[in-house]
Order: sequence, then C-alpha cells, then structure tokens
Amino acid sequence: MSVLVPPIETPEAAAAGAGWPARLHEWVVTVDHKRLGVMYVVAGLAFFLIAGIEASVMRWQLAAAGKTTVSPEVFNRLFTMHGTTMVFLVGIPIVFGFANYLVPLMVGARDLAFPRLNAFGFWAFLFGGLLLYFSFLGGDGLYGAGSAPSVGWFAYAPLTARAFSPGNSTDYWNLSILVMGFGTVATAINLITTTLTMRCRGMTLGRMPLYVWMMLVVSGMTVMALPPLSAAQVMLLLDRFLGAHFFDTQAGGSAIMWQHFFWFFGHPEVYILMVPGFAFVSEIIPVFSRKVIFGYPMVVAASLAIGFLSMTVWAHHMFAVGMGSPLNAAFAASTMLIAVPTGIKIFNWVATMYGGRIRFATPMLFACAFLFQFLCAGLTGVMLAVVPFNWQVTDSYFVVAHFHYVLVGGLVFTIFGAIYYWFPKVTGRLLSERLGRWHFWLFVVGFNVTFLPMHWLGMIGMPRRIYTYPADRGWDFWNLVVSLGVLFQAAAVLVFVVNVVIALRRGARAGDDPWDAWTLEWATTSPPPPYNFETVPVVGSRRPLWDLKYPADPDGPHE
Amino acid sequence: MTGASTPSMFAPVSTPAFAIREVSFLVLAIATFIFVVVAGLTVYAIIRYRRRPGDDGREPPQMYGSAQIELAWTVVPFLIVIILFLTTARYIFAIEGRAPTAQALEVTIVGNQWWWEIRYPKLGIVTANELHVPVSDPANPIQTFITLQSADVIHSFWLPQLHGKTDLVPGKTNRTWIEPLVPGTFLGQCAEYCGLQHAGMLLIVTVHPRDEFAQWVAAQQAQAADAPAARAGREVFVSVACINCHTVRGTPANGVFGPDLTHLMSRATIGAGVARNTPENLRAWVKDPTSLKPGALMPAMKLSDDKLDQLVAYLVTLR
Repeated sequence: MSVLVPPIETPEAAAAGAGWPARLHEWVVTVDHKRLGVMYVVAGLAFFLIAGIEASVMRWQLAAAGKTTVSPEVFNRLFTMHGTTMVFLVGIPIVFGFANYLVPLMVGARDLAFPRLNAFGFWAFLFGGLLLYFSFLGGDGLYGAGSAPSVGWFAYAPLTARAFSPGNSTDYWNLSILVMGFGTVATAINLITTTLTMRCRGMTLGRMPLYVWMMLVVSGMTVMALPPLSAAQVMLLLDRFLGAHFFDTQAGGSAIMWQHFFWFFGHPEVYILMVPGFAFVSEIIPVFSRKVIFGYPMVVAASLAIGFLSMTVWAHHMFAVGMGSPLNAAFAASTMLIAVPTGIKIFNWVATMYGGRIRFATPMLFACAFLFQFLCAGLTGVMLAVVPFNWQVTDSYFVVAHFHYVLVGGLVFTIFGAIYYWFPKVTGRLLSERLGRWHFWLFVVGFNVTFLPMHWLGMIGMPRRIYTYPADRGWDFWNLVVSLGVLFQAAAVLVFVVNVVIALRRGARAGDDPWDAWTLEWATTSPPPPYNFETVPVVGSRRPLWDLKYPADPDGPHE
Repeated sequence: MTGASTPSMFAPVSTPAFAIREVSFLVLAIATFIFVVVAGLTVYAIIRYRRRPGDDGREPPQMYGSAQIELAWTVVPFLIVIILFLTTARYIFAIEGRAPTAQALEVTIVGNQWWWEIRYPKLGIVTANELHVPVSDPANPIQTFITLQSADVIHSFWLPQLHGKTDLVPGKTNRTWIEPLVPGTFLGQCAEYCGLQHAGMLLIVTVHPRDEFAQWVAAQQAQAADAPAARAGREVFVSVACINCHTVRGTPANGVFGPDLTHLMSRATIGAGVARNTPENLRAWVKDPTSLKPGALMPAMKLSDDKLDQLVAYLVTLR
C-alpha cells in the first residue's frame, strides 16, 4: 500500500508506475487543492446524474393528469431528495470544487492556506452526501423498510416534528446537511484566508481576477449564512430527540421561526450558488470576446453589493405567511434593490462583448445562453418581489420555473461552460468542440422546453410538490411539453458524459494555454504540477499573461 | 369534476384578484420591456461582433470602462426599482389593509392533513372542503373575511381566481378576504407542502346569488336527517368508531378530528375533492379510504358487507 512518492513528482508520473490501490490511496490521503477540487467536482457531477434521474421520474409521473406510476410517498421523497441533492450535493461542491482548484492558481499560490482543513471539508461533504443517500436503507430505523426524507428541501416546521415525521428519515436529512455545513464553512474560511494572505507579489486586491473576487464574496456569504442553518438544525435535533419545543407548535414552538432561520441561510445560499456562475462568465466572456472586462471596479463593487444585500432579502420567501404589510413592503424593497447590482453585471458583460471579436467555442456558447436565461431569471425574480403577484405564484410552478432559470439556466449552464473552459487545464486534454456544440444545443432546447412553460402552469394555478393532479384543471398539455423537454436535457447530459470519456482517452493535447487567456493558471503546465508554479509569479496588472504577450502595451497604465 | 375551469390568476372574479392582476400586468409589461431591450442589445453584440472568416487574429481595441455609461446603467434601473416599489407598496397596503364592513360574512377555515374544515361562526354552520359564499355587487357589496388556522402543519389557502395565497400556520391566526363579483364554481387547492397527500387537498368555492346563498345557509343550519328507513345504518354509525372523529348534529356523534357529516350529501366531493360524492364512492371510502386517497388518515372501518351497506344507506340520507 505505502508507495512513497517524491514530493516533486507530477500526479501522472506518480500514477503511471503504481497499481490502482496505490493510486486510490494517493487520492484518499491527498491534501493537494487541485486533487480535492477535482474530487469535489466529480462527486458533484455524480450526484447531478442521480438528481437528474429523480427529476425524470417526477416528470414521467406528471406528464399527464391522474398518473400514479409512483406512490405519493415515493414522489415526496423524490422531490425532497432532488432539491436537497441539487443544492447541497451538486451546487455547493461543484462551486467550491472549482474554487479549490482555481483560487490558488489564480493568485499564484502553491496551495490553499490550510490544506488539511481543505481535505476535512471535502470528506465531510462526501460523508454527508452518502449519509443522506443511506437514508433509502436506514430512514425508518429498525421498524420499517427504510426510506428517504420526504419533508421537502427546506423542511418546514412543524412537518419535521416527530408527530408528523416519525422514523428517522428526517434525521438523515438534518444530520447530513449539518455535517456538510461544517465542511462548507471550513472551505469558505480557507478560501478567505488564502485570498487575503497568499497572493503572489504584485497581486493587489485591485488586480485579483474577478473570479477570485467573487469567490471571496461567496466565501464571506457562506461564513455568514450557513451557521444560522446549522444552529436551527441543532434545535431541530433537540426537538426530535430531547423533546425541546423550538419548532413544536403543539407545545408553543414557532413554525415561522424555522422559516426565518432557514431562509436567512437559504437566500444568501442562492447567491452563494449564483455568484460563482457570475465568476465563471466574468472569466470566459472577456477571453472569448478578446477584450478586457468592461468596468472591472464596478463589477467588483456590484459583487460586494450583492453580497451585502443578499443578507437582507430572506423573508421574500415568506410573503404568504402573514408577516403584515410593513414587513412585506420592506422585504419587497430589499429584493428589488438587489436587481440593480445584478443588472450592472449583465450590462458589463454585454459591454465587454461589444466591440470584441467573439469566438464561439463551447464555453462561450454556454456563457451566451446564460446571459439570456439569467436575464429571464432575474426579471421573474423582480416580479416575485411584487408582493401581490407573489401571493398568486409563490409555491406554484412559477417559482419552480424561476429558480430553475436561476440554478440551471444560470448556474448549471455556467458550470458546463467552466468545465469546457478549464477541463484542458485540469487534464491536459481538450473536450471535443463538435460534441460540445451538440451538448450545448440539446441542453438549450431541452432546458427551455422544460422550464419556460412552467411559468405559465404556475400562473394558471398549479402548485408545486403535488404528486398528481386532476384532469379538470387544464394543466395536461403544458405538463406534457415540460416532460418532453426532459428527453433533450437527458440526451445533452449523455453527450457530455461521452465527450468527457472520449477526451480523457484520446482528446487533443491542450498545451498550457489553449484559449489564449490572461490569468495566471494558464501560465503553468496543463495539468499543473503539485507545486503549481516553478517560480512564484510576479504580476503587474489584472491580466498578467496579456502583459507577457503584449509587452509594448501592458494593462497596468490603463487600470 | 365540478364543471369549473382552469384556476388561472388571469381570470379573476373577485376584487383582490382583480387588483393583483392589475399590478401583475404592470410588472409583466416592465419586465418584458427590459427583456426585449437587454436581450436585443445582447443579440446585437453577438451578431455584430462575432469573429468572421478571414479574421487577421489581431486583438480588438481594449475598452477598460466608462464612468458615464456605467453611471447611466446604475441610475436607470434604480429609478425603475423605485417606481416598482412604490406601486407594490400601494397595492400591499390596499389589499391587506381592507377592514371588514358590518355586513361582511365571517368564515373560519382550519387546515388539517389533508382536508379543510370550514366554519361560519355567526351562522352556526360547520362543513368541509367546499366553501360557499354570496356574490357581491357594487350596489350592495358583501365581502367574505376568512380567518385561517391550522390544526397540524402549515397549509396554504389558494383560490387563484379569488385571491392569492395566505398560509394556515399552526399557532398563528391569519386573515384574508375575498369579494366575488360573479356567481359560479371556482377551484383551488392547498399550496404549501403539508405531507403525504398535499396533492389531495383540493378546495372548491361556490359563489351563490344572494337568495340561493340564504337557502344554502338555511339548509346547513337544519338538523341532520333522521329517516326511519335508515335507522339500521344510523345504529351502525353511532356504535362504531365513526363518532370519535365525526360529528352529525343531533346524534351522539360529536368528534372533531374529521369533517362534520351533518349535511354530507350537500357536498359534491369526498376526501377533499379526490372523488365524486356518490354512494359507490362513499362505500369504497368507508371500506378503505386509502383506495381513493392513499395515505388518508381515516382508518379502514373493517365492517361486514351488510353493515357497510346499511351505513352507506344512512350516510346518503344526510342531505
């Protein structure tokens, strides 16, 4: 088992001479930020496939009125597991996995500040994820067949009380998210420390790549928002096991308090997932437009503004709980306000493309689709802040459509773009552009066919989380359309998997800098050596590789 | 099932739903306008500045930013947000601030897993799942003010053609109101996930002309029927567990965990809208409620076929 590897050997060389147990051992004991980053993303993608299968079963059920292919119990577990998986096991690990990999490279560091803490964060996440899925076997405890949680991904009290959720399935939800929360906070602290203390010479805060800036904001939000959720989950544990009454309404506890706790986490969480999407496109759009980002200081300021404002909007999830008009109005105001910095970013990206020479490689295709789909998501977000409109469509399919435009049309699209963009750096090989275009177009069509009609379904009265619906409601046709879109999305994901497998086996060699890009990660080899850079780089502007390529016209004087 | 149509928020029949549609059209128009402008600019940038064949590979001129332009696209959205906020606030206070008039009808709705208890405290009526209200007209307005409570978990009251949602929260009392302006039957359902049969918690509202509503009230206030022919079934009813959960006024049955059955046959559906209220469905329901509504909390009564027939014969007399 114990194969000693000299510290300055590349991962490929180390792996070449060893059998799979030794290689596995290498990955399990690693504290290298790049390997941990890769493991985060790979695990996230595996859970993405599982969550996609769960969603597909739900869409099969809802394709026509009155279908009962799966029982209500199973359906409720499916949407609970789908939501929980997508947020906690797909979004967070992929977002932080990329940051793990990229932040040290982009700031010219050799690793994150606390490599062991980093490994702890990953393994806490993976353990939490496996614990959650173990609930399919262990959920009912000793006296039942076993089942996954069915309380919905935001697990509203008092449905989570022992009286309404007997067995252990809810505890699996609670404990696995709690464990993952600790891991995520650890990683966030690590990223903040690294960004603030380990930048290479010359990289002032004002010269950091926008990706690093935005991940700094995301990490700050994480440190602020996750602990309240963990606290609420500990209270729920006490309620369920020691008979405390924090959320137990039958004994005077408060159901609304859980909502405040949960959404105080839950809304910043949306931005914790979405700002990394902004971060990806803020790197991709300039490179493929061949132009420097338009208004760098403004984009940084907008990111910080989003970070602050995201802490003030949480109760817009609660306009129907009876908070009273003044609070409803206040949270409408903060929610609408956050549209301003978000809009600024969209304008800056479009202005960056303006006057460029746009190269539509696959990463840029995904970034462009993101612009339209996120615009749509942002506008429906503003609409949802109009409280009377919200009373109609909250908890309906309109909201389902809105947050899938945010998290799929926004985040998943940018994640795919980011994978196509950084895959060559991580593996040394290029993904196929031809398969990439197939992937892109199938996914664009599938995504929009699936989620656009959901807006309308919500407005004509279809609530979310129903396992079936009567035929007299007039919802059949659009539900069928929605379900057909799933086929295209599934095909797109299949093309993606094929693309990755082929590229890993015989993809074209990428070279150090296949996109002619400007940030530091492209200055080292693909894949980078364990120590990242042979000599610690020194930078003089926001685009160190531009300065190298055009020494006659460096960026510095323009900044 | 009831001849009602799609519960669209764009087909309002009640004052608050009209107000919501009004403000929704406004915000839809603003959002559409912004989408067209921004998406248009993006499409223009994509087409106009795409790399063309024969590109010489030189980098385009680098633009680092422009204070004026960036100020403009900060201030303009900010102004739009202010307008939108002021409009929203006006509608919030107008809709939520409405106080009941002297002649307003008071209704209390209690959410249960998975059915609605509907009480008319001033009229002494208790029913379930099917709300009956009088129509309002401008000359003689009558609103229905609804007090919302929950017996177990959170539910949400939603009749899209009458008003948006208000949650029914255990330990908290919420209020909402409707003012339907046309008679008819309108559909809604529970909109907050409330457990296994969340999907089976449907809601029907019937808006009556004034005189018809008065007749309905009188019929509901009457004592339960006690047909001599159904005495055997009545005996079954009061001698088994039915009475622990159900009330039939004028009999020993005074349970409160399940729907009041005093005028069961005046309702079009059973199981909170999951099945038509026919003798066959009633029989199937009493025999095993989960055959019509998987997970329903009423236990199967395990009666012999004879007793089941007698019991159903009694239930169908409860008009």
